[in-house]
Amino acid sequence: MLTWLGYFGRFGQNFLRGAGVTLELTAVGLAIGFVLGLLLALARSYGSKWLQRAAGAYIAVFRGTPLLVQLFIIYYGLPELGIAFSQTVAAYLALGLNSAAYQAEYLRGSINAIGAAQMEAGRSIGLSKWQTIGYVILPQALRLALPSWSNEPISLLKTTAIVFLIAVQDLMAEGRRAATTTFDFVGIYLAVAVVYLVMVFALDALLKFLERKTAIPGMDIETRR
Amino acid sequence: MPKPILTIKNLTKIYGQNVIFQNLNLTVNEGDTVVIIGPSGTGKSTLLRCINLLTRPNEGQIWLDDLEITAKGTDEDQVRQHIGMVFQNFLLFNHLTALGNVKLGLTKVKKMTEEEATKKAMHELSRVGLADRANHYPGQLSGGQQQRVGIARALAMDPRVMLFDEPTSALDPELIGEVLEVMRKLALDGMTMVVVTHEMGFAREVADRIVFMEKGHIVEEGSPDEMFNHPKFDRTREFLWKITELYGKKEKEAE
Amino acid sequence: MDFSQFLSYIASGTVYTVGVTLIALPAGLLIGTILALLYVYGGKVAARVMNLYSTVFRGIPPLVLLFILFFAVTRGVNLSAFWAGSLSLGMVSSAYQMEIVRGALLSVSGDQLMAARAVGLSRLQAIRYVVLPQAVRLAIPPWSNEAAIVIKDSSLVYALGVPEILRRAQLIGASSQRYLLAYLSAAIIYFLLVYATTRLLNHLEQKLSIPSNP
Repeated sequence: MLTWLGYFGRFGQNFLRGAGVTLELTAVGLAIGFVLGLLLALARSYGSKWLQRAAGAYIAVFRGTPLLVQLFIIYYGLPELGIAFSQTVAAYLALGLNSAAYQAEYLRGSINAIGAAQMEAGRSIGLSKWQTIGYVILPQALRLALPSWSNEPISLLKTTAIVFLIAVQDLMAEGRRAATTTFDFVGIYLAVAVVYLVMVFALDALLKFLERKTAIPGMDIETRR
Repeated sequence: MPKPILTIKNLTKIYGQNVIFQNLNLTVNEGDTVVIIGPSGTGKSTLLRCINLLTRPNEGQIWLDDLEITAKGTDEDQVRQHIGMVFQNFLLFNHLTALGNVKLGLTKVKKMTEEEATKKAMHELSRVGLADRANHYPGQLSGGQQQRVGIARALAMDPRVMLFDEPTSALDPELIGEVLEVMRKLALDGMTMVVVTHEMGFAREVADRIVFMEKGHIVEEGSPDEMFNHPKFDRTREFLWKITELYGKKEKEAE
Repeated sequence: MDFSQFLSYIASGTVYTVGVTLIALPAGLLIGTILALLYVYGGKVAARVMNLYSTVFRGIPPLVLLFILFFAVTRGVNLSAFWAGSLSLGMVSSAYQMEIVRGALLSVSGDQLMAARAVGLSRLQAIRYVVLPQAVRLAIPPWSNEAAIVIKDSSLVYALGVPEILRRAQLIGASSQRYLLAYLSAAIIYFLLVYATTRLLNHLEQKLSIPSNP
């Protein structure tokens, strides 16, 4: 037990560095995923038939195949077409493109919930369709989505672990390095697990705080899964 | 000599800081139909739930015939076989047909065979006029039909006393009549009933005794004639007047 | 090597992928359901323990748990990578499935339970004959989501050397230097698996649904 606790002292610096990379991956993936996800959601809710289909296909493909496979296609496969990315960038892309598909669904759900009635209200005072979307629907939809959307940053944080399989130097990679030094695979990975748990708790607390801060008084928000 | 089926002594129920009722006393004789009226939130539903032990009172005793059901060690499930309850929101088992709903207690609690249970269940469904809907699911029945199934379900257990917790409050006006009709027939057949309701027409016609409850106290009780025509307390008169205006008229129009 | 050989090599990994899923998913369901029942009906202490279980197993990346269990297990017991992988995926899934079942139970409970007790059923009977049958139907949509997740997460066991779809794609990609084709093929196979499973479960949901008039 004592040796186990000692791991945190011995490898603490490395774990911290790796955790930093993990958080970075999460943040970038989340950001790319949000922007793209929002576009996809808008395409599905307000786009032409063709656009709706295309967005739908994107979402089906990225949600219907493993992230690991998507990662490998981007990192190992695309170079055959002349498009080569570094490990880190490939990771950002894979995480972002994948996350977009899930975020699109959360956002579309709340856009629909706010949707038609508010659109009517906005148009009735002379706002154009896109003005209504921008000034009336999205501000409400984004807040409404927050509780269920909050699942995504946490999910992404955990998902980033797989990018160590293409040698990105995240927390898992540091763990592996430490494990091969000590030969205590179980102990080290348990320590790594603890670090992930701490990050998840912290992120969860942050998100709950955000929920409270941005809530519209009196509006019914569904509870998180 | 009227025989008491239900005896309630010094019943007290407290939820946290709220005293729902305190030192409540009530006796229900065999064959009686007792209608409890009063403003909402005065503990009427809680009282019913105490009678069939869905809620435990803080103090006091309840006797069913000669058995003190509030005593420690009583088999609650056993007791509930003898006390039937009909809920405001019907609470039918959504995953079972009407027949299934009525049969469940018969097969699982009374341990009847499938054939016996089906026979008995169909008998009860006929009694409430729904034999032809036996294979329908709650989602396929109207509110009034659902409530009648609820009544059949409770009756199937051959209870000593039937409790009705605002049985028509959740129904569309046109559907109230069919349920009250079933209840009327039940009362005439001699079933002992305790009914919490706002339906004054029913109270006037069918009740043997009316109990007016407010803020957890029994303000007054008596026969319909006494209560409607010569109430002792002003509060009683006031309440009955107000509510008869509201509901009595509706029933007249529905007839 | 022609394309059909290429493809069939990768596709032959499907057996392992399906195998892992067919162990992990039911294991997760069994454990998850028992834990959910304990959580909802077992009292305060049980609920706290279950909450902890849920928080821990849903708070760490499946890959980490996979490694922990694999190394722990193959050190003490003689378990193959396949079984170690399957069981650890099952454990992770059990935490998510517990939440699904718990959610479904809570959506039914309360009033239905009360009505069942009012007829004289014991608590156990009420849960078994009234709450559970309704909860099962409510649980199917989120469960079908979980099934899709397990199929996709099964790709993680490639890191343990299990010759499932992704591993095979990697091997043949390396030997033929046609990585893109290999991984795209793998992607298509996974997609078909997920699609078929979702369709199947939708169909099941229809079949089990309680009739109601629109």
